[in-house]
Amino acid sequence: MSNTHVAEAQPRPSIFYHYKVYPVEPLPSQAAGDFKQEVLIVGAGPIGLATALDLARFGVASRIIEAERQVSHGSRAIVLTRRSMEILQMLGCDQAFVEKGLSWQMGRSYYRGQEVYQMQMPHSKDERFGPGTNIQQQYIEQFLVEAAEENPLIHIHWGHKVTGIEQNEHCATLDISSEDGSRKYSAPWVVAADGGRSTIRKLLKLRMEGEAYTGNFVIADIKADIDLPTERLCHFDPPWSPGNNVLVHREPEGIWRLDFRLPDGESPEQAMEEKQLADRINKILTMIGQEVPWQLDWATVYSASTKTLTDYQEQRVLFVGDAAHLLPIFGVRGANTGLQDANNLAWKLAMHMQGKAGPKLLRSYSTERVQAAREICKEAGKSTRFMSPPTRGARLLRDAVLSLSLTESFVRDLLHWRTSRPHSYYNSPLNSTATSEYALLGEVTPNVKLGDNQYLHDYTLKGFTVLIFLKDENNSAELKKVIERNERDGMSINPILITRTHSGDQNPSHCLTIDDKEGKLFERYDLQENSLLLIRPDQHICGLWQSGQNKESPQQWIHNALRNALCLTPSGDSHVE
Amino acid sequence: MLNKNLNNEEIETIYDQLYLAIDNAGPEQEAKMLAKLVLILANQLGDSEQVLNAIKIAEKDL
Repeated sequence: MSNTHVAEAQPRPSIFYHYKVYPVEPLPSQAAGDFKQEVLIVGAGPIGLATALDLARFGVASRIIEAERQVSHGSRAIVLTRRSMEILQMLGCDQAFVEKGLSWQMGRSYYRGQEVYQMQMPHSKDERFGPGTNIQQQYIEQFLVEAAEENPLIHIHWGHKVTGIEQNEHCATLDISSEDGSRKYSAPWVVAADGGRSTIRKLLKLRMEGEAYTGNFVIADIKADIDLPTERLCHFDPPWSPGNNVLVHREPEGIWRLDFRLPDGESPEQAMEEKQLADRINKILTMIGQEVPWQLDWATVYSASTKTLTDYQEQRVLFVGDAAHLLPIFGVRGANTGLQDANNLAWKLAMHMQGKAGPKLLRSYSTERVQAAREICKEAGKSTRFMSPPTRGARLLRDAVLSLSLTESFVRDLLHWRTSRPHSYYNSPLNSTATSEYALLGEVTPNVKLGDNQYLHDYTLKGFTVLIFLKDENNSAELKKVIERNERDGMSINPILITRTHSGDQNPSHCLTIDDKEGKLFERYDLQENSLLLIRPDQHICGLWQSGQNKESPQQWIHNALRNALCLTPSGDSHVE
Repeated sequence: MLNKNLNNEEIETIYDQLYLAIDNAGPEQEAKMLAKLVLILANQLGDSEQVLNAIKIAEKDL
């Protein structure tokens, strides 16, 4: 076996996207046992890149090891949810996605040529981002690579392939092959972001729980001048492919994504055969009333699974994205779930490495995200049983519901396609308040519009935030002490005062003050005056203090809630590596 | 059009249990199982006019 890995140096073929082939930058030399405080990320897909950018947000350096020398072949993860856009804003690169992407909110389902279901994803003019943004994975990766290249804390080593791994209590050591030969490289932490066929997962012989569904789907990108709005179109049971279904999505650059289920028993090779594929694409275009010329850019075959590892940490290795879980495409759960993994992991790993957290904080990454993945698998399973019925009974029920849906509305909600949503960490040990006391606990902080092109999330992009709901800022002197004291303790929190009656004068604590005259924030957060909300660095709410309800003083409460969120023992010292 | 008398969670639970019952009955017995189910529900409903109307709706769009 050769010990060199030579990545393809010819740009991938595409009729619209110009692939850049990146140079192979060798890893720095490293004496045995002499490793730096940096993170090795395996895989320069959207989730590996997002993890690197998110770690850099907290000052942690990383190296990304990527077997290929260019971005994804094909559009793959084409839909980003609003939550993903919010995470990209935290990473400082949302603007490129807004400019290139196509925002949409409407989905329509058809059966026998009749529209039987439509769903509008929740949206209002007060939202910064649309509920769905269509953008090809090539652009997702390109924009993240561009941001990473500008960041001095991130190095991408293209054309480097991982072939082995060893771990001890101090570090993980990877065997890495490139065109320069094979070598070892160590780091205290490895993030496995190497996708659905994760090499690291295989090397560590880890098994996933869950189900694989029968039925294959073709995903094809075509360039065509189709005159339809940006909506999700779903056609059930087309006459040319009985019992199966077709999805149509618009992408930037005049590209359209067609997904369709193959008849049972047909092999991926048969489906990808040129004439067979062209015939089906023509039938789809006829079905949607758009018999226009087209050119194929890329196509692949996909099958649905709902599987997850049961623990996302294996000693010094942390799993994110498809390396950690395999989720079906219906409901746009792949990259959108992975971005939430990266966003949950980065601050915890950073604070762990920097000695700011107790040892249990990093463990909470796996607990919170495995629970999220299990909930997502359960939800995704419901969509999958309708889109790709796993048994004879499931198919019969699906067909019965479709037949009834033509005239009877009572079954139509069964056609709901359940999109990816931000997970709530409602029962996290990092919370210092129970969900029974506050419904928003564990949820993402609502991104309330404050003014023209100004939203609350614009001010919660770094570490912990405390939202201080006050009647007027003059009684904030006591709370000012809170902030000063915590800064003295090295536990910096970003305070935001929210007042109903802002005088316009400089407030005594020099922190950001939001004048909430109309009471929009008070209402959206369902809080009374003299309340404090503690927000994690991933924008999830982890604690509420209310005047008259908590025994502790605000100072004491913030101190304790922050220590709890960092898994520091009440009196103990932080954990230092 | 029929009224919607079940919430989404209820109708989803019924959907799942019904397809599992069909799978358990197997292809040879599933039709008999479903016919029995209809007779039981018709009796529970106790309104033959509604049952006859339901049969008409079920026969459409097959």
